[in-house]
Amino acid sequence: MTNAPTPSLAAAKQEPGGALGFYGVWLLAAAALIVLPLIFSSGGSLTSFSLIGIAIIFALSYNILLGQTGLLSFGHAVQYGLGGFLAVHAMNAVANHNWPIPLPVIPLIGGIGGMAFALLVGWVMTKRAGTVFAMISLGIGELVASSSLILRSVFGGESGITTDRTSLMPMFGWTFGPQIQVYYLIAFWVLVSAIAMYALTRTPLGRICNAVRDNPERVEFIGYDPHVVRYLAYMFAGFFAGIAGGLTAINFEIANSAYLGAMQSGFVLFSTFIGGTAYFFGPILGAILVTYLQLGLTSVTSVWQLYFGVIFIGIVMFAPGGIAGILMKHRPLIRAGTLGTVIPSYLVAAIPTLAFALGIILTIETVARFSGGDPINLLGIPFVATAPTTWAAAAVLVVGGFLVARITWRRVAEAWDRAATVARDRGYLA
Amino acid sequence: MTAAIQVNAVEKSFGNVQIIRDLNLSVAKGERHAIIGPNGAGKSTTFNLISGYIKPTSGEIRLNGEVTSGLRPFEINRRGLSRSFQVTNVFARMTVWENVRCAVLWATGHRYAFWKNVDNLPEVKQRTAQILDDIHLSHRSDVPAGLLTYAEQRELEIGITIAGGANVIMLDEPTAGMSHAETERAVALIRRLTEGRTLVIVEHDMSVVFGLADRISVLVYGHIIASGTPEEIRGNPKVKEAYLGEEVD
Repeated sequence: MTNAPTPSLAAAKQEPGGALGFYGVWLLAAAALIVLPLIFSSGGSLTSFSLIGIAIIFALSYNILLGQTGLLSFGHAVQYGLGGFLAVHAMNAVANHNWPIPLPVIPLIGGIGGMAFALLVGWVMTKRAGTVFAMISLGIGELVASSSLILRSVFGGESGITTDRTSLMPMFGWTFGPQIQVYYLIAFWVLVSAIAMYALTRTPLGRICNAVRDNPERVEFIGYDPHVVRYLAYMFAGFFAGIAGGLTAINFEIANSAYLGAMQSGFVLFSTFIGGTAYFFGPILGAILVTYLQLGLTSVTSVWQLYFGVIFIGIVMFAPGGIAGILMKHRPLIRAGTLGTVIPSYLVAAIPTLAFALGIILTIETVARFSGGDPINLLGIPFVATAPTTWAAAAVLVVGGFLVARITWRRVAEAWDRAATVARDRGYLA
Repeated sequence: MTAAIQVNAVEKSFGNVQIIRDLNLSVAKGERHAIIGPNGAGKSTTFNLISGYIKPTSGEIRLNGEVTSGLRPFEINRRGLSRSFQVTNVFARMTVWENVRCAVLWATGHRYAFWKNVDNLPEVKQRTAQILDDIHLSHRSDVPAGLLTYAEQRELEIGITIAGGANVIMLDEPTAGMSHAETERAVALIRRLTEGRTLVIVEHDMSVVFGLADRISVLVYGHIIASGTPEEIRGNPKVKEAYLGEEVD
C-alpha cells in the first residue's frame, strides 16, 4: 500500500525542509528581486534587470513547449509580439477613455492576447508534434511578421505603435515614469508568472505534458488525446509569452514588428536551450546569461552574434542538458561527498580550455577586423588584426589549447567515473 | 450476455497486401483468452485493430456490446480497454512512480486539470502505490523508467496497462525475452492482476499459453482457424497441421 522507496534513494530525493524549502525558494527569489535594485541602483543596471526579468518569463513560457511538452517552436515570438501590440493598444485606449485601469494590469491583457492567438491557430498547429509542428510554427511566424508590416493600422508599419505608460492612472502614487517603478512592476510579474508556471508543471495536465513529450503514442492508450494536451500547453505558453510581450511594451513604450520576428523567436529558443530544458530553473539561468551577454557583448564587439553561435554549438555538442544539466549532474556527487575528488581535474582542464577559448576569440576578432577597425584588446594585450604574429598566436592557442584540453578532459571523465561509482555505491545515483 | 470483445468479419489491407482476412473472434467477459499463431500471422495487427491503433478496412469490432471500430485509441481506452506493447513502450524520462501515476489520472477523473496539485490527490497516490506494490516495483519508484532493467520495464509495462482499472486487458507478448524464472514470475503477476477482468494475451511461450488461458484462438495468415479450450486446440488436427506440429504433444 505504501510508497516505500529504498532508504538510500529516499535520502537522495528528500529535499531539506520539504514544504518549507519549497516556499523558501520563492521567498528568497522575492527578496532578491526587491533588494537587487537597492544594491545595483544605476540606470544601466535597472534597464538590464528589467530586460532580464522579461527574458525569464519569455524563456519559461517557451519551455512549457520545448522542455515540458517536447514541442520545438520556431515562432514563439508571435505570441510575445502580439501580446506586446495588444498591450500598447490597450494602454492607448485606457489613456484615451480615462478608464480606471492601472498599468500593472496591462501585462495580463498582453497575456490574454497571446493566448487568444494560440487558441485560434493552435488546434491546427498541434495536431502533430515534431517536424510538422516546427515547420508550421516557422510558417506562422513569418506570416505574422510580414503581416505586421502590411497591416499598418494595427501594427504601425516600420515604425511601430508608440504609447505613454505614464498616461494611465497612477497606482499608490506610482506613475511608472521612473525605471525603478517599471522594474518593480516587471519583478512582480516575473515572480507571479514563474510561480504559476512552476505550479502548472505540478498539475495533472503538467504531468501528462511530460508523458506526451516522452511518448505521445502510449499516451493515447492511457485515455488521453495528445493533440488536446499539446493544444492546452500551446495556449499556456502563448499566455505567458503574451505577458512578457506586454511587459516589453511597457518597458519601451513601443511595439514594433521586430517583436514578432524570427530574431526574437531564435533568441528565446537560444536562451531556453542554453539554460537547459530538463529542469524548471534552466530557462531562468539561460535568460539571465543570454540577456546579460547580449547587453555586454554588443558594446565590446561588433560580431557578438558570432559568439552566440559558437556558444550555442558548443552547448549542443558538449552539454545538451544546458547549464542546468551541468549543475544537476553534480548533485549526486555533492550529496555523496565525492565532488572534491573531481574538482582538481576541473581546475587542470580549465587552463587549456581557457587558452582554446582565447584562441577562438582572437581568430574571430582577427577575421572581423582584418579590413579595418580598432586593434584587438585581449586581457589588456593589444593585437593588430593584420599582423602575422597575431595569426600565429591565434593558431597556437586554438590548436595547442584544443590538443591539451582534450587530454585534460579525458582525465576529468575518468575522475568523474570514479566519483560516480562511489556515489552509486552510497545510493545517491540510480 | 454480451461478449467483452466481439470481432465480426474484419478485414485489414495495407495497400494491396491483405493482412487480416475475415477475422471473427469472440471473447467472453471474465475469460482469459490467448491468441497464438506463427510469426507474421497478424497477431499484433489484431491487437492494433481492437485497441484502435489502426482502423479496419471493413468489418466491425465491439467492446462490451458497443461498436468501437473507427474510434481513436484514447476513446476506446476510456470505454474500458487497455493494452500493453510487445516492444516496451513507457515514458522513459519520467520516474516509475510518474509512469504509473499518469496511467491513473484519467481513470480517477482528473483529466486535463491544470488547477489541481497532482501530489495532493489522495486517491491517485493510493492507487499508484497499490499498482507499484502489485508489480513489485515500489523500491524503484524514484528511478527514471529508461534506467530500469528489461524485466522491470516489462513489469512496468503491465503496471501502466492495468493502472487505469480497465475491465478488458490486452497483453502483447508480456514475457518475450524473459528468462524462465522471470517468465514464471510474470505469469503469476498477470494471473493475479487480471483476476475478475477479461484478458486477451498474445504469447509465443506455449507453457504460458496453456497454463494461463481459458480459451485459445489460433491465427494463421490473418484468419482464425480454430478457437476453443486448450484441450480442444490440442486435439484439433487443423491446428496441428498449420502451426503446432508436435509441440503440444
